[in-house]
Amino acid sequence: MKAFRTLEIKQSVFADNDKRADELRVKLKENKVFLLNLMSSPGSGKTTTLTRTIEKLKDELRIGVMEADIDSDVDAKTIAALGVKTIQLHTGGMCHLDADMTFQGLEGLGIKDMDLAILENVGNLVCPAEFDTGAVKNAMILSVPEGEDKPLKYPLMFSVCDVVLINKIDVLPYFDFDMEACRQYILKRNPKAVIIPICARTGEGIEEWCNWLRQEVKAWQA
Amino acid sequence: MHELGVVFHVIKTVEEVAGENNITEIKSVTLEIGEVSTVIEDYLRKCWRWSVEKKSKLLKDTELIVEIIPAVTFCEDCKKTYGTIEHGRICPYCGSPNTYLIAGKEFNIKEIEAR
Repeated sequence: MKAFRTLEIKQSVFADNDKRADELRVKLKENKVFLLNLMSSPGSGKTTTLTRTIEKLKDELRIGVMEADIDSDVDAKTIAALGVKTIQLHTGGMCHLDADMTFQGLEGLGIKDMDLAILENVGNLVCPAEFDTGAVKNAMILSVPEGEDKPLKYPLMFSVCDVVLINKIDVLPYFDFDMEACRQYILKRNPKAVIIPICARTGEGIEEWCNWLRQEVKAWQA
Repeated sequence: MHELGVVFHVIKTVEEVAGENNITEIKSVTLEIGEVSTVIEDYLRKCWRWSVEKKSKLLKDTELIVEIIPAVTFCEDCKKTYGTIEHGRICPYCGSPNTYLIAGKEFNIKEIEAR
């Protein structure tokens, strides 16, 4: 019988996913679809923020939404009620979405006839940051009750995000949330981050956020 | 945190390599894991056990070897390096916060022993 030999592989486990993510971006560019990956903790207001965003943009952009959850379709139902294309992705216990799952989700949604695809990632500040989904830009929502120290505790999440929305600013008077310290913590990890304070409930700041999105979609499609 | 997901990636990659090299038996798979990679060895081993028994005939009896890569941080101001686990983000030599990680986030498939 043949002897065992050592085969060097020297491959990063993330390399396979990164390759798929790059392929997905090429496909998105060809089809002129802008994919936004939206991340946050559970309960930070992703679905409410998405609802406000869709209400503002659905007459000017063709929007599709992928709702990723470990189980259930409560969020997908809320979004579908707004009249945009929606698909529910179940991760089956996995804590994040990878580029392959995102690819499948986009095919299910139909990559043609869309300007803006939004992926609502699993509510988690750790794992989604480790895996490139193939999105053109990453956004995350940090809500005031979570505290301004989150960029220090979850540095990777804040360093991969192009834009950070600080949500629930209407409750600022009731929390010891230091907005200036929060900005500094975010910028320390990611000097290029765009930071937009919003309140999805009242609509404050949503216009500025939508303007950022409009510009990014336009730049990607140009 | 996401040990199960990375185990699936490892199995897929190793099976591909085995296919390309006409390998029928794998004695061991060696992974390199950074100290601050967020992957916990104990959980990783449990996920590995479960996954290979369920999903991989080829890897069912393969030994999983884990090599830990120490986390090292570099200080931009005094140009020294230091252990990340002991000292965190602030340089213990000059107190500067302008530091970045140079090793310790890896998660690599290093090699396999096979025939």
